[in-house]
Amino acid sequence: MKRLLSIAALCLAARLGAQTILIRNATVLTVSKGSLKGSVLVRDGKIAEVGEQIQAPAGTDVIDARGGFVMPGIIDCHTHIAVDGNVNESSVSVSSMVNIKDVIDPEDINIYRAVAGGVTTANVLHGSSNAVGGQTVVVKLRWGRSAGEMIFAGATPGLKFALGENPKRSGSPVGNAAARYPATRMGIEDTIRDAFIEAKAYKAEWDAYNAAVSNGEHRMPPRKDLKLESLKEVLEGKRYVHAHSYRADEILMLLRVADEYGFKIRTLQHALEGYKVAKEIAAHGAGVSTFSDWWSYKVEAFDAIPFNAAILQNKGVLVSLHSDDAELMRHLNTEAAKVMKYGGLSETDALAMITLNPAKQLGIDNRVGSIEPGKDADLVIYDKHPLSNYAKVQKVLIDGTIYFDRDTEVNAQPLRAAEKQKLLDKEKTPK
Amino acid sequence: MQRRQERWKERFTRVHETLTNCLPKASARMQLLYLRHTETMERNRRRAVLALLRNAPVLKSPGPQYPRRPFAGCIAVPALCWVLGFGAFASAQQAIAIRDATVVTVSGPTLRKGTVVLRSGLIEAVGPEVASPADAWIIEGEGLNVYPGLIDGASNWGMPQNLSPGGMGRGGRGPEDRPGATTWVKAADELQPSDPRLERARSAGFTTAAVFPMRGIFCGQGSIVNLAGERAGDMVLAPRIGQFLTMSQAASGFPAALMGTIAYIRQVYLDAGRYAALKEAYQREPRGIRRPDYDRALEGVLESKRILLPANRRVEIDRMQNFAAELGQPAILYGMQEGYRSIDLLKKAGAPVLVNLRWPERGPDTNPDQPENARVLEMRDRAPSTAAELAKAKVKFAFYSGGLDQPRDLQKAIKKAIGAGLPRSEAVRALTLAPAEIYGVADRLGSIDKGKIANLVVTRGELFDDNTRIEMVFVDGKRFLTAPETTAPGGRGPVTNRGNER
Repeated sequence: MKRLLSIAALCLAARLGAQTILIRNATVLTVSKGSLKGSVLVRDGKIAEVGEQIQAPAGTDVIDARGGFVMPGIIDCHTHIAVDGNVNESSVSVSSMVNIKDVIDPEDINIYRAVAGGVTTANVLHGSSNAVGGQTVVVKLRWGRSAGEMIFAGATPGLKFALGENPKRSGSPVGNAAARYPATRMGIEDTIRDAFIEAKAYKAEWDAYNAAVSNGEHRMPPRKDLKLESLKEVLEGKRYVHAHSYRADEILMLLRVADEYGFKIRTLQHALEGYKVAKEIAAHGAGVSTFSDWWSYKVEAFDAIPFNAAILQNKGVLVSLHSDDAELMRHLNTEAAKVMKYGGLSETDALAMITLNPAKQLGIDNRVGSIEPGKDADLVIYDKHPLSNYAKVQKVLIDGTIYFDRDTEVNAQPLRAAEKQKLLDKEKTPK
Repeated sequence: MQRRQERWKERFTRVHETLTNCLPKASARMQLLYLRHTETMERNRRRAVLALLRNAPVLKSPGPQYPRRPFAGCIAVPALCWVLGFGAFASAQQAIAIRDATVVTVSGPTLRKGTVVLRSGLIEAVGPEVASPADAWIIEGEGLNVYPGLIDGASNWGMPQNLSPGGMGRGGRGPEDRPGATTWVKAADELQPSDPRLERARSAGFTTAAVFPMRGIFCGQGSIVNLAGERAGDMVLAPRIGQFLTMSQAASGFPAALMGTIAYIRQVYLDAGRYAALKEAYQREPRGIRRPDYDRALEGVLESKRILLPANRRVEIDRMQNFAAELGQPAILYGMQEGYRSIDLLKKAGAPVLVNLRWPERGPDTNPDQPENARVLEMRDRAPSTAAELAKAKVKFAFYSGGLDQPRDLQKAIKKAIGAGLPRSEAVRALTLAPAEIYGVADRLGSIDKGKIANLVVTRGELFDDNTRIEMVFVDGKRFLTAPETTAPGGRGPVTNRGNER
């Protein structure tokens, strides 16, 4: 264990020590501005320069990409990793008082494995058991740091909604769970409407109070209700709605309810029938975060087609590809490649669906999502083109710090296994 | 069983010999042996007289594990002593002096040959040159070690079943239903002096505990309690020492997830803050204001001056530290299984912590072929070193029993921490002065100092040593003898204060 710790300490020292890093001898896939053969200079955690010939200033750490590829860190718009406890506050139909931020587990090994798959930022969502679910949070996968240090500072927080089978089937109780309204898609619409009627009244109460206070009046503030507080933020545009949805009819329902109550759906998650109502989605301004080619795992997923992403994109919808799964999260690059086969999108479009597009959907595209000077140095180095099945992640940088290095990892594995065996043996030995 | 029988046989043979040979000049050893029966005698004096007159056995029928012949001695000794007029020794007002013992004061240096005088439930004097008062009943302390009575830093001893750890049952429809909240419940009000665990704890050297209701999320308020007394009221030293919180979920209903529990607690504190403000405004000028609705859950929150939050993993320690800061509550974190790798966080926060003596173990039902996380393996290996690390970093900590109540298990657990590098003196401190300081009762408890409550544990051999025997404990100056280890808990049906009747 001590040896491991000292290795970890050395790595950390190396991380902290390097202020300037030059990644050279690479094909740079910028996503926003095409690709070039050259180098990326990183300074103080930000991308300083991208070009064919960059002179490394003195004291620069040079990373030789050995003819590999550099792309922006992958952004997963839908994951449930790194959550402590149940991912669903399934007891109530409106659980907007709960916040994923409170239960981020920075020691979930899935974080490290996602980093090893090139993911640097993720939208960690509440589950889909409630019409109005919990608050969501965007994290940078700074493996080894605390929960607080993982939060993507400045990213707009979200609120999960869910439509269809998942929230309605909780109307048919399993085991000793209590039956819960709603049990139908109609009931889900009603639940969302109810929540926003309540939220509007709450907002009016607070607006009146704030107006009175700014007029110098002395008043007791209204009760702060955490459930309605997050819905109020949605009405004020300070919190994004990420809505789990499958069928075209319920997608239309949600867009209409949102228009009626005066808020926006930031992204439709999954939206496997999105292609049927692409124009309406585009008109509302919602993005879609979907699977590449996953379907038929439940009735409402029967009408899915692998062309969904391409059709939506061609109709003017901002589309990203997500994982919703700890394992799938580790190879989103090959997921992206599928939209080239199904829909004939370009290489850049495909890469954008796991980098720049989700960054836009999460409102963090000024910081991440492409390789441009001034953006965060969240970079992935592959040995082959990332859209190839044969590509392996070599190194991953977040804010200019190396969080995954294939060589270090491979070297450390036997040592780790030995340490573990030692602990196992020790436990087996009777004391 | 065999050994226990032998021990009893030997002991009673000695009593008979002493009584016949040495009376009326009772030797110190004999007095000590006699004292082993004084409580019984007090309680049964009347019945003993009657029984003697009737020439019939008096005491309750013993458990089947006790041999018949020594039991006869058990009746004979108190009865005979009563007849011989030794009854005066039993008085609580009587001074007791433990002479020439090794006195581990904890607050100061250990006295190699010191005397402790107890009177009226308090420590009257302590020191190397203290003279035993003329009226004192003397215990020759040669070969004995005297420590402050051990304190359990967070305990459920003496709490009824419905306040003991367990599922919180049905939840609510939201935070407004206040599921799992009994904030107003005080351990002091629910105390059951007849709890058999109290006697077991005394036999392990514990005289005091910070007792909490432990059911639900807002479980209720703890009290500092002495582990012996005729009535609950006698036992309470401090009735309100803080609110015990867990991160439980409901079997059905809200909250169903950890994040639900956290959101719920946050909402309750927001509500409590508002409730306090409304009450204050109403107090100032009730006319023209609608009175705030009385809310007993919030009342309990407001009267709790500190909270206890669960934190075992490093992640949880970090989370709960931040949560306590957000709530603006002074907090004591309890658990600390990964404390050994969280020293930086704990040192920075500077708040005291409670270390669970029930060290993590591989579950009995875990599949041996199921590969376990290296971190979990490491945690099980290193958890007992937490105390040593905390002591090294000078983070204030106390131990708590975590559901252990068998003397053997408690001793074993403490030994494990010592084996993992905790200096013995620090182990003693973590079970005496440290918890007293953490709960703000160090002015009356936790060390052997003049004027403090006469809670002591007297051992033959150093506390926590393998062959050490706990000879007796004093609670409020009243002496209790060590009961033999019970077999399976609950195996003998409901037991009430039977320890001294054997």
